[in-house]
Amino acid sequence: MDFGVIFDNTLNSLFNAEALYLALAAVGLNIHFGYTGLLNFGQVGFLAIAAYGLGVGVTYLGLPFFASIALGLALAVLLALLLGIPTLRLRADYLAIVTIASSEVIRLVARSAAMRDITGGSSGLTGFAGGFYDLNPLSDGTYGFGPWIYNENRFWLLLVGWSLVVLGSIMIFMLMRSPWGRILKAIREDEDAVRSLGKNVVGYKMQSLVLGGLFGALAGFVFAIANSSIQPDNYGTQLTFFAYTALILGGTARVLGPVAGSIIFIGLFVFLENTLVQAINADIIPESIMNSNQVGIVRGILVGLGLMLLMIFRPQGIFGDKKELALDAR
Amino acid sequence: MGNILPRPVHASGPPARRPARTAAQLLAALGALLVVLLGTAGPALAANEGVRGTLNNGGERVAGATITVEDEDGEEIATAESNETGGFAIPVPGPGTYVVKLDLESLPEGVTVRAEGGEEREVTVRPGAVAPVLFILGEGTRETTGTAERALQLFVRGLQFGLVIAMAAIGLSLIFGTTGLTNFAHSELVTGGAMLAYFFNVVVGMNLIPAAILAVIVGGILGGLLDRGLWRPLRRRGTGLIAALVVSIGLALFLRFIYLYIFGGGNRSYAQYATQQPISVGPIDIPPRDLVIIAISIVVLTGVGIALNRTRLGKATRAVADNPSLAASSGIDVERVINVVWIGGTALAVLGGVFLALSQQVGFLLGFQILLLLFAGVTLGGLGTAYGALVGSLVIGIFTQMSTLVIPAELQNVGALLVLIVILVVRPQGILGRAERVG
Repeated sequence: MDFGVIFDNTLNSLFNAEALYLALAAVGLNIHFGYTGLLNFGQVGFLAIAAYGLGVGVTYLGLPFFASIALGLALAVLLALLLGIPTLRLRADYLAIVTIASSEVIRLVARSAAMRDITGGSSGLTGFAGGFYDLNPLSDGTYGFGPWIYNENRFWLLLVGWSLVVLGSIMIFMLMRSPWGRILKAIREDEDAVRSLGKNVVGYKMQSLVLGGLFGALAGFVFAIANSSIQPDNYGTQLTFFAYTALILGGTARVLGPVAGSIIFIGLFVFLENTLVQAINADIIPESIMNSNQVGIVRGILVGLGLMLLMIFRPQGIFGDKKELALDAR
Repeated sequence: MGNILPRPVHASGPPARRPARTAAQLLAALGALLVVLLGTAGPALAANEGVRGTLNNGGERVAGATITVEDEDGEEIATAESNETGGFAIPVPGPGTYVVKLDLESLPEGVTVRAEGGEEREVTVRPGAVAPVLFILGEGTRETTGTAERALQLFVRGLQFGLVIAMAAIGLSLIFGTTGLTNFAHSELVTGGAMLAYFFNVVVGMNLIPAAILAVIVGGILGGLLDRGLWRPLRRRGTGLIAALVVSIGLALFLRFIYLYIFGGGNRSYAQYATQQPISVGPIDIPPRDLVIIAISIVVLTGVGIALNRTRLGKATRAVADNPSLAASSGIDVERVINVVWIGGTALAVLGGVFLALSQQVGFLLGFQILLLLFAGVTLGGLGTAYGALVGSLVIGIFTQMSTLVIPAELQNVGALLVLIVILVVRPQGILGRAERVG
C-alpha cells in the first residue's frame, strides 16, 4: 500500500473544489437550518437553478459572464420566494417536502428532451466557464506548495471561492450578532413567542431562505465552473444530504461549523476511497468481498451509517454547542 | 455516488475544451449510466446491455419482422429480424434511453400493433440490464385508439399505480401519525420487500405467490425489529423529531447502498408473471397480472380500513395517531400500538414493493423512485391519516398516468409534484386532513 499517495490525495482534496462547493452549500443550509430552523431539503435546487442561470445565460442567451451570474442569482432569489410563499406559514416538515420536491422538479425539467435546446437535456451544458477564466490575472504555471499544488485556473477558482467563504462567514458572524440574527435564532427556538412580540415571522424566515439560497447559488457556480460542465444528474437529492452531513459533522449554528465540516467530510471521503482502492490493489481486501468498482458503494454505506451514528450520539457535531440545536423543534 | 463528488484532480490541467461532440457523448453516456429517473444509480457492474422481446400475436409467434433500435437523438444503432419463435435480442452500446421500432410493413398480412403508435417503444436500458420490450400485436382490426379509450387505459393504469403507492403510503402516514417521524427510509422498505421476494422466488426457487407471502411475513417481522432496535430506543432517549428525520435519511442511504452492494446495479425480473400478453376487457388492454394486482390491492386496503375502524387495536391506533398523550392516559399501550404500526406498515410496503417490481422489475432504486410520490400522496391526503394516504395516493397515481395525455411521459412526476405544491397553498391540511392551524 502506498500511504504517500493516500495522504497526498487526501490533503489535496481538503481545499479543492469539492470541499469548496460543499462548504458554500452547507453555509447556506446553516442559515436555513442552523440559525432559523428551516428544514430545507432542496438546497441542491438552488445550486442547480443558479448553475443553469449561468450556463443558459452564456450559451443560449449569449449574455456576458457577469450578466449570467446575475441571472443565476436572480433565479435563486425567485426560487426562494416561490418556495417560501406557500410553505413558510406551515409546519416545518411541509417546507421539507416542498423543497425536496422542487429540487427534483428543477432537475427533471432541465434534463427533459423538451428543454434540450435550452438546457442541453440529459447531456447538460458546456462552454460557459471561459468568461471566468478570462478574468484570471495569474500567468500560466502551477501555484501552491506541498500537496496543494494546482494549475493557474484551478488556483484562481479556489482563491475566489475560498475568499467568498471567508467573506460570507464574516458576514454571517456579524449578522448573527445583530438584532436581525437574534430574531432568526428566536424564531428557531419559539416562533409564537417572536410573533407575540410583534415581529413579522414569515418575513424574517423569507429573508433567511433567500440569503441561504444565495449561498447555494454561489456553490452552484463553483460546481459548474470547476467541472466546466453542468450535468443535470449531478444535482440529485444526494448532494443536499451530503451538505447536511457536512453541516451536522462540523456543528450546526456555528459560523465555521459548515466550513470545517465540509473539509473534514471530503477529507474522510477521499481518504476512504483511496485507502480502499489501495487495499484492494494490494490484495489486503480479497476480491470476493469487494472489487474496485464497489468502493463507491461501500463508501456510500459508510456515509449513511456515519450520518445515523453522528445524529444519535453526537448531534452537535465536532464544534457545535448542544444548546444551539434546532433539532427538537417540530 | 462518484458523480456527486468527482475524484479530486491532482494538479489538473486547464479545463480542457473537449470537442463539443465527444463531451456531449461522454456526458450523455455518463448521465444515462448514473441516473434513471429519480436519483443516482451505481456503477455499471456488467456491460452487456441490450433490448429483447418476443413478437406474439395471440399465441402465434411472428417471425421475420424487422426491429430497429435508435438512440435518443434518432440515430439508428442496430436492426434485427425476429427469429422463428418470434424472439429478438439486440445489443446496445451502453445504458441509456432507446427507441425500439417495429416495422409494420414487415409484419404478416392482417397483423398489426393494437394501439396507434404502438410500433414505437421507448425503453430505458439500465447498467448491465437487458430491457424487455413488449409490442402488443393483434388482428388488423383496431388500428386507431381514440383519446377516450387511451384516457380510460391510462386511468386504469393510474388506478393500479395509485393503489400500489397507497399500500406503502399508509404505513408512512400512520408512522408519522403515531410517532411524528417523517421516515425518509420508508422507500427502502419497499425496495427491501421486492428484493426479499426476489430472493425467495429466484434464489430459493419458490413460486412467486408463496414467495411474496413469505416476504410480507418476514418483512413485517423485520419492520417490528427495526422499531424495537432503532426507533424505540431513540424515542426513549427523547431524540427530537428533526434529529430522527436526519437519522432516517442516514438509514435510507445505508440501506440503499447495501442493496446495491448485494443486488448490483442492474434490474431483474421475477421468475413468473414478468411479461404477459394483455387481454381485452371491454375497451382496455391489460395483462391479467395487473387485474390481479388491482383486485388484491383493493381487498387488502379494504381490510386495513375495516381493521382500523372496527377492531380494538385499530381504534387504539387511530387514537394514538390523533393524540398520543391522551391515548396513553386513557390506558392504551402506546409503544405496543407503535410496534404494530411498524409491523403492519412494513408488511404493506413489502406487498407494494412486490407489486411495483412486477410491473417495473426489481432494482435497488425501485422504492427511491417513488419516495417523493409517496410523500406527495401522504401530504395531499393529510399527514398522519390512513384514509388520507389512500385518497392522496390514488389521486397522485391517476394524475401521473393521465397527465401523459398532454405532457411528455418523462415529465409525469413533475406534474404530480407541482400539484402537491399547489394543494399546499390552497389546502395545507390535505384533502381529508382536519382544518387546523398547521404553522
